[in-house]
Amino acid sequence: MLTMISKRLMFAIPSLIGVVIVTFLLTRALPGDPAAYFAGPAASKEAIEQIRKKLGLDKPLIEQFFRYTSDLAHGDFGNSLTTGQPVATEIRNRLPASAELTLLGLVVSVMIAIPLGVLAATRPGSWIDHLCRVTTTAGVSLPVFFTGLVLVYVFYFRLGWSPAPLGRLDVFYSAPPHVTGFYLIDALIARDFETFRSALSQLILPASTLAVFSLAPIARMTRASMLAVLASDFVRTARASGLSPSTVIVTYAFRNAMLPVITTLSMVFSFLLGANVLVEKVFAWPGIGSYAVEALISSDFAPVQGFVLTMAVMYVLLNLIIDILYGVIDPRVRLEG
Amino acid sequence: MKRRDFLKSVSGLAAAGAVTPAPAIWSAAKADARSETLLIVSESGPNNLDIHGVGTNVPGYEVSWNCYDRLISHEMKSGPGGVPYYDRDKFKPELAEDMNVGEMSVTFKLKKNAKFHDGAPVTARDVKWSLDRAVSVGGFPTFQMGAGSLTKTEQFVVVDDNTVRIDFAKKDRLTIPDLAVIVPCIVNSELVKKSATEKDPWGLEYTKQQTAGSGAYKVTKWTAGTEVVMERNDAWVGGPLPKVKRIVWRMVPQAGNRRALLERGDADISYDLPNKDFVELKDNGKLNIVSVPYSNGVQYIGMNVKIAPFDNPKVREAVACAIPYQKIMDAVLFGLAKPMFGAAADKATEVAWPQPTKYVTDIAKAKALLAEAGHPNGFETTLSFDLGFAGVNEPLCVLVQESLAQIGIKTTIDKIPGANWRTELNKKVLPLYTNVFSGWLDYPEYFFIWCYDGKNSIFNTMSYQSKAMDEFIHGAVDAAAVGNAAKYDTDVKGFVDLAFKDIPRIPLYQPYVNVAMQKNVSGYQYWFHRRLDYRTLVKA
Repeated sequence: MLTMISKRLMFAIPSLIGVVIVTFLLTRALPGDPAAYFAGPAASKEAIEQIRKKLGLDKPLIEQFFRYTSDLAHGDFGNSLTTGQPVATEIRNRLPASAELTLLGLVVSVMIAIPLGVLAATRPGSWIDHLCRVTTTAGVSLPVFFTGLVLVYVFYFRLGWSPAPLGRLDVFYSAPPHVTGFYLIDALIARDFETFRSALSQLILPASTLAVFSLAPIARMTRASMLAVLASDFVRTARASGLSPSTVIVTYAFRNAMLPVITTLSMVFSFLLGANVLVEKVFAWPGIGSYAVEALISSDFAPVQGFVLTMAVMYVLLNLIIDILYGVIDPRVRLEG
Repeated sequence: MKRRDFLKSVSGLAAAGAVTPAPAIWSAAKADARSETLLIVSESGPNNLDIHGVGTNVPGYEVSWNCYDRLISHEMKSGPGGVPYYDRDKFKPELAEDMNVGEMSVTFKLKKNAKFHDGAPVTARDVKWSLDRAVSVGGFPTFQMGAGSLTKTEQFVVVDDNTVRIDFAKKDRLTIPDLAVIVPCIVNSELVKKSATEKDPWGLEYTKQQTAGSGAYKVTKWTAGTEVVMERNDAWVGGPLPKVKRIVWRMVPQAGNRRALLERGDADISYDLPNKDFVELKDNGKLNIVSVPYSNGVQYIGMNVKIAPFDNPKVREAVACAIPYQKIMDAVLFGLAKPMFGAAADKATEVAWPQPTKYVTDIAKAKALLAEAGHPNGFETTLSFDLGFAGVNEPLCVLVQESLAQIGIKTTIDKIPGANWRTELNKKVLPLYTNVFSGWLDYPEYFFIWCYDGKNSIFNTMSYQSKAMDEFIHGAVDAAAVGNAAKYDTDVKGFVDLAFKDIPRIPLYQPYVNVAMQKNVSGYQYWFHRRLDYRTLVKA
């Protein structure tokens, strides 16, 4: 197992180097001149040149690249110009916000989608199958942005059930002491239930928005792979042997149908981190998606590079975890060490 | 379930929602905090708490304004619609207790009890260090100081512990007003010097993250891109103690949500909403809406006079006659702007800026002018705008495009991303575009130096150069410096007339600053920088 993990990590190194080079070149190819942007509305040519010098943008590209990589090697992602903070700190502070939201969205989605998919597969053509089809189609065809706004309009503006969409906590609460960066967990650790409730109530709408969006792939994949498994010989044998339907479905069919679902889950998760960008905008969520977009708009190189690099690392880790999970679920696909 | 039953149950649900009050999630202590706290929501927040920093953005200016003091500030007068409006010509002391203007210098006595947030007294050395800093750091602050002929550190002289003298480099009417803008703020020099390094002699890294001033508020928490929390400085001597104890400024990127927060009563103030929202909020009367025209600001259509066919004044006049002025006012701005067109034909030019042109939409005349200029069938060109302000610019450009098509000018609309806009503008290659310019210092000649002068600054986006224009502008500057009112008036009228005759840029309207606040919030004042001054706000 350990050799496998280290081997996999070794393989990830070339792709990370590629990511570093590509993001560096891509951000340089962005239109717009950060020096002119940050020199302010009233800058003269000389002022812009001064800023360019300060930012080190007057150096040749290759020199900029070497400086960038040597900084990276020291764990320095550079400084964001739009927020004025070191990129590494910002990502460290913002990643938990995005991750908490995405994970909760995914959990909600899984809790609805998997039972829905299983039920739809066991009763194809029934009302529950149609319900599954309608909800997933509707969910995936509504842009997250739109769903988010509708939810805010209905549950905050009209009904007033939900708190103001002002980010992770109400204005008058302060964040729980930092342990994991996940407010729900940190609040529980601090035994601060009022903060927990506040954080949770802020999370419900954005997490539901993400859940609605990600229902479709998970439910459809569960249904399809369950259908395939239910039609296979070993399920027929199990049924013929007189096992109870629940044992057949849960123990035999479902476990075998899990593999493609897990693959989909990993895809959906990375996909959700991307979809987050819009949800974060709607709910003023201080995550990394909105951070990267802001940076992109103002051609602020460092955060964009930092963001892409972080995402690349996360993908590598995610894929590794999924591969390990495969082995746990189905011993047949255990990877070679 | 039948459809009717379904509807019934849904409406039952909605009704239940209407009677259930919003969850009371704060305890009594929190309710108290709420009444002493002002919640501001806006689209974007500061990237630096110090206006002297590299690339500090406009929201950062708001922090500086409220957390630092200047030697002097402006008095208030009653402005348009009765809104308190800064008085360009009347100054009041802030950190200084006395200002003594001499022939070639001005002397300030500092208030003896003035203290920085950390308790250190404000001394003349702090003032000198801060002003030295402003003229030395480069970029925008140095540039702004230069606008008032404040360029050298030798100009700032410490007379004694409580007295500072500023020597004039030359006679310039803008020197004193330039000391009351945001840039010449007084910084706690002893505190900041501790964090200064060889690479960063002015301690910009330190003041970027925290405020080191003597102002009415101090930043206690700043999460970039999320929120700024400011507490009142109870020892402030710059003016009457502010009423609001705590300011929480949250960034809410979604305009619709900012409106929802206001309408639900959760946010107290917001000031960057689309015009349409402001008009609707104004009509439904639940909130206080204040609209004040930008001082010394104009949105315009610019034409590059170095690029054919806009090098021909007849073509420019034709375009000016083909702009759908009133449609822009109604459909794009919903009336929330001051028209800068259609003055009566016999109206005399005023000694003021901005003032309306005499142009109106007249397609027949535009066609005739275009034919006269040798383009009877029109021509093709591109019309560019800044996507950063797409809410206004995009519909505006579509209307202009439609209207120009009627006289045969075919335009392709070129949307330029915000980050790129200034670069493109600087190159001066855009043939036709819309843009807005506004100057902090509200003097006609100040506007014209930047926008029409032959030295071709970056705001002279039209590359307009005219000897006669330069003579008028410099004549007015010199006349103002020595107080020759008659000459000044002739020259100002001269440059305004010439700008309208040669028409390299077509003024459209003076934009409004729109602020929406709860009914229990009062005390809003309009400032040249157009950001909020928390010091006079009151929450009942």
